[in-house]
Amino acid sequence: MPTKDEIFEKIRDALVEALGVDDDEVTPEATLVGDLGAESIDFLDIVFRLEKAFDIKIPRGELFPEDVLTNPEYVHDGRVTEAGLAELRSRMPFANLDEFAKNPIVQDFGSLLTVADMCRFIEGKLELTG
Amino acid sequence: MRWYWIDRFLEFESGRRAKAVKNVSLAEDHLHDHFPGYPVMPNPLVIEGLAQTGGLLVCEYNQFREKVVLAKVPKARFHCLATPGDTLTYTTTVDYIRRDGAMVTATSHIGDRLQAEMEIVFAHLDGELGQKTLFDPASLLQMMRILRGFEVGHAADGSPLRDPAWVGGEADPEQSGTT
Repeated sequence: MPTKDEIFEKIRDALVEALGVDDDEVTPEATLVGDLGAESIDFLDIVFRLEKAFDIKIPRGELFPEDVLTNPEYVHDGRVTEAGLAELRSRMPFANLDEFAKNPIVQDFGSLLTVADMCRFIEGKLELTG
Repeated sequence: MRWYWIDRFLEFESGRRAKAVKNVSLAEDHLHDHFPGYPVMPNPLVIEGLAQTGGLLVCEYNQFREKVVLAKVPKARFHCLATPGDTLTYTTTVDYIRRDGAMVTATSHIGDRLQAEMEIVFAHLDGELGQKTLFDPASLLQMMRILRGFEVGHAADGSPLRDPAWVGGEADPEQSGTT
Protein backbone atom coordinates (compact mmCIF):
# COMPACT_ATOMS: atom_id res chain seq x y z
CA MET A 1 0.00 0.00 0.00
CA PRO A 2 1.52 3.35 -1.02
CA THR A 3 2.29 6.05 1.56
CA LYS A 4 0.20 9.21 1.87
CA ASP A 5 2.95 11.16 0.09
CA GLU A 6 3.02 8.67 -2.77
CA ILE A 7 -0.75 8.88 -3.06
CA PHE A 8 -0.62 12.67 -3.13
CA GLU A 9 2.08 12.66 -5.81
CA LYS A 10 0.15 10.31 -8.05
CA ILE A 11 -3.00 12.39 -7.65
CA ARG A 12 -1.01 15.52 -8.37
CA ASP A 13 0.40 13.99 -11.55
CA ALA A 14 -3.10 12.95 -12.67
CA LEU A 15 -4.44 16.46 -12.08
CA VAL A 16 -1.51 18.09 -13.87
CA GLU A 17 -2.12 15.86 -16.90
CA ALA A 18 -5.88 16.22 -16.91
CA LEU A 19 -6.16 19.92 -16.10
CA GLY A 20 -2.96 21.33 -17.54
CA VAL A 21 -2.05 23.07 -14.27
CA ASP A 22 1.44 23.38 -12.84
CA ASP A 23 2.76 21.03 -10.13
CA ASP A 24 2.88 23.76 -7.54
CA GLU A 25 -0.75 24.75 -8.07
CA VAL A 26 -1.86 21.36 -6.78
CA THR A 27 -1.91 21.85 -3.00
CA PRO A 28 -4.00 19.78 -0.58
CA GLU A 29 -6.37 22.70 0.06
CA ALA A 30 -6.88 23.51 -3.61
CA THR A 31 -10.43 22.94 -4.86
CA LEU A 32 -10.70 21.10 -8.14
CA VAL A 33 -13.30 23.40 -9.64
CA GLY A 34 -12.49 26.77 -8.08
CA ASP A 35 -8.70 26.71 -7.86
CA LEU A 36 -7.73 24.21 -10.55
CA GLY A 37 -10.42 25.06 -13.09
CA ALA A 38 -11.87 21.57 -13.51
CA GLU A 39 -15.03 21.26 -15.59
CA SER A 40 -17.47 18.38 -15.82
CA ILE A 41 -15.69 16.66 -18.70
CA ASP A 42 -12.45 16.86 -16.74
CA PHE A 43 -13.89 14.61 -14.04
CA LEU A 44 -14.20 11.81 -16.57
CA ASP A 45 -10.55 12.27 -17.51
CA ILE A 46 -9.42 12.50 -13.86
CA VAL A 47 -11.26 9.31 -12.91
CA PHE A 48 -9.60 7.39 -15.81
CA ARG A 49 -6.18 8.52 -14.72
CA LEU A 50 -6.79 7.69 -11.06
CA GLU A 51 -8.02 4.22 -11.95
CA LYS A 52 -4.88 3.67 -14.00
CA ALA A 53 -2.49 5.16 -11.43
CA PHE A 54 -3.83 3.11 -8.54
CA ASP A 55 -5.13 0.06 -10.40
CA ILE A 56 -8.63 0.46 -8.93
CA LYS A 57 -12.14 0.89 -10.27
CA ILE A 58 -14.10 4.02 -9.48
CA PRO A 59 -17.73 3.49 -10.49
CA ARG A 60 -19.67 6.48 -11.71
CA GLY A 61 -20.99 8.55 -8.81
CA GLU A 62 -18.58 7.19 -6.22
CA LEU A 63 -16.25 10.17 -6.17
CA PHE A 64 -18.90 12.70 -7.12
CA PRO A 65 -22.46 11.59 -6.27
CA GLU A 66 -24.26 13.38 -9.09
CA ASP A 67 -27.27 11.08 -8.64
CA VAL A 68 -27.93 12.58 -5.19
CA LEU A 69 -27.67 16.11 -6.54
CA THR A 70 -30.25 15.44 -9.22
CA ASN A 71 -32.69 13.48 -7.05
CA PRO A 72 -35.92 15.37 -6.18
CA GLU A 73 -36.00 13.49 -2.85
CA TYR A 74 -32.78 15.17 -1.85
CA VAL A 75 -32.99 18.53 -3.53
CA HIS A 76 -35.69 21.23 -3.21
CA ASP A 77 -35.50 24.63 -4.88
CA GLY A 78 -31.86 24.26 -5.69
CA ARG A 79 -30.92 23.41 -2.12
CA VAL A 80 -29.95 20.04 -0.69
CA THR A 81 -32.35 18.81 2.03
CA GLU A 82 -31.41 17.31 5.39
CA ALA A 83 -32.00 13.87 3.96
CA GLY A 84 -29.82 14.79 1.02
CA LEU A 85 -27.04 16.02 3.28
CA ALA A 86 -27.20 12.80 5.28
CA GLU A 87 -26.96 10.80 2.07
CA LEU A 88 -24.02 12.88 0.85
CA ARG A 89 -22.20 12.43 4.16
CA SER A 90 -22.60 8.69 4.03
CA ARG A 91 -21.51 8.51 0.40
CA MET A 92 -18.57 10.85 0.85
CA PRO A 93 -16.85 10.07 4.18
CA PHE A 94 -13.64 11.45 2.69
CA ALA A 95 -15.05 14.99 2.31
CA ASN A 96 -15.87 17.62 4.93
CA LEU A 97 -19.37 18.88 4.20
CA ASP A 98 -19.77 21.21 7.19
CA GLU A 99 -19.15 24.40 5.25
CA PHE A 100 -21.46 23.30 2.47
CA ALA A 101 -24.14 22.31 4.99
CA LYS A 102 -24.35 25.90 6.25
CA ASN A 103 -25.74 26.99 2.88
CA PRO A 104 -26.30 23.86 0.80
CA ILE A 105 -26.92 25.30 -2.65
CA VAL A 106 -26.60 22.55 -5.26
CA GLN A 107 -24.72 24.79 -7.68
CA ASP A 108 -21.98 25.28 -5.10
CA PHE A 109 -21.39 21.60 -4.50
CA GLY A 110 -19.01 21.20 -7.37
CA SER A 111 -16.63 23.72 -5.86
CA LEU A 112 -16.40 21.70 -2.67
CA LEU A 113 -14.01 18.94 -3.55
CA THR A 114 -10.36 19.53 -2.60
CA VAL A 115 -7.21 17.65 -3.48
CA ALA A 116 -7.03 16.51 0.15
CA ASP A 117 -10.54 15.02 -0.19
CA MET A 118 -9.34 13.05 -3.18
CA CYS A 119 -6.34 11.78 -1.23
CA ARG A 120 -8.63 10.55 1.53
CA PHE A 121 -10.93 8.97 -1.05
CA ILE A 122 -8.05 7.04 -2.61
CA GLU A 123 -6.68 6.01 0.78
CA GLY A 124 -10.10 4.64 1.67
CA LYS A 125 -10.35 2.70 -1.60
CA LEU A 126 -6.89 1.23 -1.25
CA GLU A 127 -7.57 0.09 2.31
CA LEU A 128 -10.70 -1.70 1.14
CA THR A 129 -9.01 -3.45 -1.74
CA GLY A 130 -5.93 -4.25 0.33
CA MET B 1 -22.88 13.34 -43.53
CA ARG B 2 -19.77 14.34 -45.42
CA TRP B 3 -17.42 15.40 -42.69
CA TYR B 4 -14.79 12.72 -43.42
CA TRP B 5 -11.27 13.44 -42.31
CA ILE B 6 -9.97 9.93 -42.89
CA ASP B 7 -10.15 7.96 -46.12
CA ARG B 8 -9.80 4.31 -45.24
CA PHE B 9 -9.00 1.99 -42.36
CA LEU B 10 -5.80 -0.05 -42.72
CA GLU B 11 -6.16 -1.97 -39.50
CA PHE B 12 -8.88 -2.32 -36.91
CA GLU B 13 -8.56 -4.43 -33.79
CA SER B 14 -11.78 -4.18 -31.86
CA GLY B 15 -11.40 -2.43 -28.53
CA ARG B 16 -7.63 -2.03 -28.93
CA ARG B 17 -6.15 -0.24 -31.88
CA ALA B 18 -7.01 1.20 -35.28
CA LYS B 19 -4.99 2.62 -38.15
CA ALA B 20 -6.38 4.79 -40.93
CA VAL B 21 -5.04 6.96 -43.73
CA LYS B 22 -5.82 10.49 -44.77
CA ASN B 23 -4.64 11.68 -48.17
CA VAL B 24 -4.05 15.42 -48.42
CA SER B 25 -5.17 16.67 -51.82
CA LEU B 26 -5.29 19.99 -53.64
CA ALA B 27 -8.81 18.98 -54.60
CA GLU B 28 -9.76 19.96 -51.03
CA ASP B 29 -11.20 23.43 -51.27
CA HIS B 30 -10.12 24.79 -47.93
CA LEU B 31 -6.41 24.33 -48.74
CA HIS B 32 -6.60 27.16 -51.22
CA ASP B 33 -7.54 29.51 -48.42
CA HIS B 34 -5.16 27.91 -45.92
CA PHE B 35 -3.15 29.54 -47.07
CA PRO B 36 -3.32 31.26 -50.46
CA GLY B 37 -0.24 30.14 -52.36
CA TYR B 38 0.91 28.01 -49.42
CA PRO B 39 -1.47 25.13 -48.90
CA VAL B 40 -1.04 23.28 -45.60
CA MET B 41 -3.46 20.97 -43.83
CA PRO B 42 -4.93 22.72 -40.78
CA ASN B 43 -3.86 20.90 -37.64
CA PRO B 44 -7.36 20.95 -36.12
CA LEU B 45 -8.43 18.75 -39.02
CA VAL B 46 -5.66 16.32 -38.11
CA ILE B 47 -7.20 16.26 -34.64
CA GLU B 48 -10.60 15.61 -36.20
CA GLY B 49 -9.21 12.75 -38.30
CA LEU B 50 -7.58 11.18 -35.26
CA ALA B 51 -10.83 11.67 -33.34
CA GLN B 52 -12.74 9.90 -36.10
CA THR B 53 -10.28 7.02 -36.13
CA GLY B 54 -10.41 6.69 -32.35
CA GLY B 55 -14.10 7.48 -32.08
CA LEU B 56 -15.09 4.70 -34.46
CA LEU B 57 -12.81 2.32 -32.59
CA VAL B 58 -14.57 3.20 -29.34
CA CYS B 59 -18.02 3.18 -30.92
CA GLU B 60 -17.54 -0.24 -32.53
CA TYR B 61 -16.71 -1.72 -29.13
CA ASN B 62 -20.37 -1.20 -28.19
CA GLN B 63 -21.67 -2.18 -31.63
CA PHE B 64 -22.53 1.42 -32.57
CA ARG B 65 -25.36 1.57 -30.09
CA GLU B 66 -24.24 4.76 -28.37
CA LYS B 67 -23.36 8.24 -29.45
CA VAL B 68 -19.64 8.80 -29.08
CA VAL B 69 -18.52 12.42 -29.22
CA LEU B 70 -15.17 14.13 -29.00
CA ALA B 71 -15.07 15.73 -25.57
CA LYS B 72 -11.54 16.81 -24.75
CA VAL B 73 -7.98 16.85 -26.07
CA PRO B 74 -5.87 16.89 -22.87
CA LYS B 75 -2.65 17.29 -24.78
CA ALA B 76 -1.58 17.59 -28.40
CA ARG B 77 1.77 18.21 -29.99
CA PHE B 78 2.50 18.89 -33.65
CA HIS B 79 5.97 18.37 -35.05
CA CYS B 80 5.44 19.44 -38.66
CA LEU B 81 2.72 20.44 -41.09
CA ALA B 82 1.10 18.15 -43.67
CA THR B 83 1.04 19.35 -47.28
CA PRO B 84 -0.72 18.27 -50.50
CA GLY B 85 0.49 14.89 -51.70
CA ASP B 86 1.19 13.67 -48.17
CA THR B 87 -0.46 10.53 -46.90
CA LEU B 88 -1.05 10.74 -43.16
CA THR B 89 -1.23 7.48 -41.26
CA TYR B 90 -3.28 7.81 -38.10
CA THR B 91 -2.89 5.29 -35.30
CA THR B 92 -5.13 5.28 -32.24
CA THR B 93 -4.70 3.00 -29.25
CA VAL B 94 -7.33 2.57 -26.57
CA ASP B 95 -6.36 3.65 -23.08
CA TYR B 96 -9.81 3.12 -21.59
CA ILE B 97 -13.34 2.39 -22.65
CA ARG B 98 -15.87 2.86 -19.85
CA ARG B 99 -19.62 3.19 -19.75
CA ASP B 100 -19.47 6.99 -19.64
CA GLY B 101 -16.52 7.67 -21.89
CA ALA B 102 -13.20 6.59 -23.36
CA MET B 103 -9.68 7.80 -24.00
CA VAL B 104 -7.23 7.00 -26.80
CA THR B 105 -3.61 7.86 -27.45
CA ALA B 106 -3.18 8.93 -31.06
CA THR B 107 -0.34 9.60 -33.51
CA SER B 108 -0.13 10.95 -37.03
CA HIS B 109 2.76 9.92 -39.28
CA ILE B 110 3.95 11.00 -42.71
CA GLY B 111 5.86 7.91 -43.74
CA ASP B 112 8.11 7.19 -40.78
CA ARG B 113 8.08 10.75 -39.59
CA LEU B 114 5.95 11.59 -36.55
CA GLN B 115 3.74 14.51 -37.49
CA ALA B 116 1.55 14.77 -34.38
CA GLU B 117 0.73 13.00 -31.12
CA MET B 118 -2.09 13.50 -28.68
CA GLU B 119 -4.58 12.13 -26.20
CA ILE B 120 -8.28 12.28 -27.03
CA VAL B 121 -11.15 11.84 -24.55
CA PHE B 122 -14.62 10.86 -25.78
CA ALA B 123 -17.92 11.02 -23.95
CA HIS B 124 -20.72 8.54 -24.43
CA LEU B 125 -24.01 10.36 -24.52
CA ASP B 126 -26.55 8.36 -22.60
CA GLY B 127 -30.29 8.61 -22.48
CA GLU B 128 -30.40 12.03 -20.78
CA LEU B 129 -28.41 14.02 -23.31
CA GLY B 130 -28.82 11.42 -25.98
CA GLN B 131 -32.51 12.10 -26.48
CA LYS B 132 -31.73 15.15 -28.55
CA THR B 133 -30.72 13.95 -31.96
CA LEU B 134 -27.28 15.43 -32.48
CA PHE B 135 -26.75 12.65 -34.93
CA ASP B 136 -28.00 9.16 -35.43
CA PRO B 137 -25.62 6.40 -34.25
CA ALA B 138 -26.43 4.71 -37.56
CA SER B 139 -24.42 7.40 -39.33
CA LEU B 140 -21.29 6.23 -37.50
CA LEU B 141 -21.98 2.70 -38.62
CA GLN B 142 -22.36 3.91 -42.20
CA MET B 143 -19.06 5.79 -41.90
CA MET B 144 -17.36 2.61 -40.68
CA ARG B 145 -18.67 0.79 -43.75
CA ILE B 146 -17.53 3.45 -46.19
CA LEU B 147 -14.08 3.46 -44.60
CA ARG B 148 -13.97 -0.32 -45.07
CA GLY B 149 -13.49 -0.95 -41.39
CA PHE B 150 -15.32 -4.25 -41.54
CA GLU B 151 -13.05 -5.49 -44.34
CA VAL B 152 -9.88 -5.16 -42.30
CA GLY B 153 -11.35 -5.43 -38.81
CA HIS B 154 -10.77 -8.14 -36.24
CA ALA B 155 -12.48 -8.87 -32.98
CA ALA B 156 -10.43 -9.44 -29.84
CA ASP B 157 -10.27 -13.18 -30.50
CA GLY B 158 -8.91 -12.65 -34.01
CA SER B 159 -12.11 -13.53 -35.82
CA PRO B 160 -13.25 -11.18 -38.60
CA LEU B 161 -15.24 -8.20 -37.42
CA ARG B 162 -18.94 -8.47 -38.16
CA ASP B 163 -21.12 -5.63 -39.32
CA PRO B 164 -23.80 -5.43 -36.62
CA ALA B 165 -26.53 -5.15 -39.26
CA TRP B 166 -29.10 -4.18 -36.68
CA VAL B 167 -29.11 -0.60 -37.89
CA GLY B 168 -31.07 0.29 -41.01
CA GLY B 169 -31.79 -3.32 -41.72
CA GLU B 170 -30.10 -3.25 -45.10
CA ALA B 171 -26.70 -4.73 -44.18
CA ASP B 172 -26.41 -8.46 -44.69
CA PRO B 173 -23.78 -9.83 -42.28
CA GLU B 174 -22.96 -12.60 -44.71
CA GLN B 175 -22.03 -10.15 -47.45
CA SER B 176 -20.22 -7.37 -45.61
CA GLY B 177 -17.23 -7.62 -43.34
CA THR B 178 -15.87 -10.81 -44.83
CA THR B 179 -12.27 -11.51 -45.77
